[in-house]
Amino acid sequence: MRIGYLLRRVAMLAVTLLVASFVIFAATYVAPGNPLAALSGGKSLSPEAQTALERRYHLDEPFLAQYWHWLSGAVRGDLGVSIPLHEDVSTLIADRAWITLSLVLYAAVIIVILGIGLGLLAGLRPGWIDSSVLVISSMAAAVPAFVAAIVLIAVFAVSLGWFPTIGTGDGFLGHLEHLTLPAVALALSSVAVVARVTRTAIREEVAREHVQTAISRGIPQHLVVTRHVLRNAAIPITTVTGVTIASLIAISSVVETSFGLNGLGQYLVKSAQGKDIAVVQGISLVLVVAFVLVNLVVDTMYAVLDPRVELGARAA
Amino acid sequence: MSAVAAPVAGTRPVRGRRRTGLGATGWVSAAVVGLATLVAVVGPLVAPHDPNQADLVQAWIGPGGDHLVGLDVQGRDVLSRILAGARSSMLGPLLIVVICMLVGSLLGLVSAWRGGMVDAGVSAGLDILFAFPGVLLAALTAAVFGAGLWAAVLAMAVAYTPFVARLLRGAMLKERNQPYITALEVQGLGATAICLRHVLPNVFPFMVAQGSILFGYAVLDLAVISYLGIGVQPPDPDWGVMISENQSGILLGYPLPALCAGACIVAVVVAMNLLGERLLERAGKDGGR
Repeated sequence: MRIGYLLRRVAMLAVTLLVASFVIFAATYVAPGNPLAALSGGKSLSPEAQTALERRYHLDEPFLAQYWHWLSGAVRGDLGVSIPLHEDVSTLIADRAWITLSLVLYAAVIIVILGIGLGLLAGLRPGWIDSSVLVISSMAAAVPAFVAAIVLIAVFAVSLGWFPTIGTGDGFLGHLEHLTLPAVALALSSVAVVARVTRTAIREEVAREHVQTAISRGIPQHLVVTRHVLRNAAIPITTVTGVTIASLIAISSVVETSFGLNGLGQYLVKSAQGKDIAVVQGISLVLVVAFVLVNLVVDTMYAVLDPRVELGARAA
Repeated sequence: MSAVAAPVAGTRPVRGRRRTGLGATGWVSAAVVGLATLVAVVGPLVAPHDPNQADLVQAWIGPGGDHLVGLDVQGRDVLSRILAGARSSMLGPLLIVVICMLVGSLLGLVSAWRGGMVDAGVSAGLDILFAFPGVLLAALTAAVFGAGLWAAVLAMAVAYTPFVARLLRGAMLKERNQPYITALEVQGLGATAICLRHVLPNVFPFMVAQGSILFGYAVLDLAVISYLGIGVQPPDPDWGVMISENQSGILLGYPLPALCAGACIVAVVVAMNLLGERLLERAGKDGGR
């Protein structure tokens, strides 16, 4: 049954990706303007050159054939050629993907450690710890990533000079140093959301009868927390953590722009402005795949965490 | 009789107030939203200076004299740009909410009412839309139609629709299972009439509450898109555009223009969210009464 669920989920994922890829390709296909215009720089091409170029980029074929070329290439890791840049889209993406990936991973680590940690602390320790976490998190949840970014730059990079403002640095420690402020800006509001949901979930579980029974039977606190509270609270915590981390994939473009990082999100925006259609298609596809995969991981985690979850339906 | 009536009469004002009142937070939020709306309507008219009149010599001059909040990267009056920028920063989100509420309630209503294959089909379609993050849709529409307010509004409306449709489907499904609907059906009232005259009015407070929460998110998302450069295009005044224009000021030690625009966005978003939460409490969390 578990295997069946996973297979069904993967099949749904394949269908989603197929339709999404079609939407991405069709949307950019109907974009007005001749893609070759960027190449010729506005000069009119001779008919022979026009035909040759159209053949080279498969522009002379019907829509479905073009889609098939693109999709079958994408499956093999070939996302076509950027017409204005004369470069493989896959190479262009690969050069930038690691920045976005490390930024999102870094932010995800911050969210998991700080968000769940603070939520646990607030949930298990009522009193001033709880109320200060609550107040700080409700303020932090309201700060959007780009406002967080400019405030962090103004305070920690310009006034205090603790962190570099721009670029990605050299070596692992250099990257870590350069990506710290962007990752914090990206994670800030999600940390607050995760902390609040974690706190509520923990509170609810602690108040339940079986936990109260375990406490009154004199079972050590750490065992009560790990065996009874966390097991049941894990599901809402996983949901909110997964959903927020998935949303980082798109929001990272904002932080990349603020900090001048040459990542996928910023490149997507730049290519959209420059109407570099092949790159827009390629990055969109990569981001959708990443987004859907993270959601699949979250869904699969429910099945692992809670055997009672009606498989196939997302836990509420 | 009177013994029963007296306590009821005594408690009624308290109950009434709790049910209709917004509370202090709610009223402050409503005031902030009202002010922002007013500025969006009359802002460009009351702006003390031309929001687009640039004077590079006067760039980054701080508050004082004629310019209450100082001048920005190109020497334009920050206050005037904030006032004039309220229009696109508030009108865009309004359009987004109206579009996705219309489409979302239609989809939610049809799938809640018909159920079966229609419901399954609609929800499969929505699942696919869920796979597109809003910023990605905005980049796609900007690539197709060219960057601008309308492309951004279209993208966000599409991004929000699955979310709205799913919420409203739940609320309408709950309504559909109420006995009074069956009673109306037995009386021979048509589906369209029941939906228009009974289901929609009953779900309406819930829609308004969700709409105002959504409005807050839309303000934020539109500002983000304009900030990225694929929404409202400079030099048009817009709060998101103002942050991106004046970002260099932060490194130079003149954070005020960018922070002003950021503060406006955060204030409207927070106010809209709090107001929506209050309305939601009044409407019943899940759309029931």
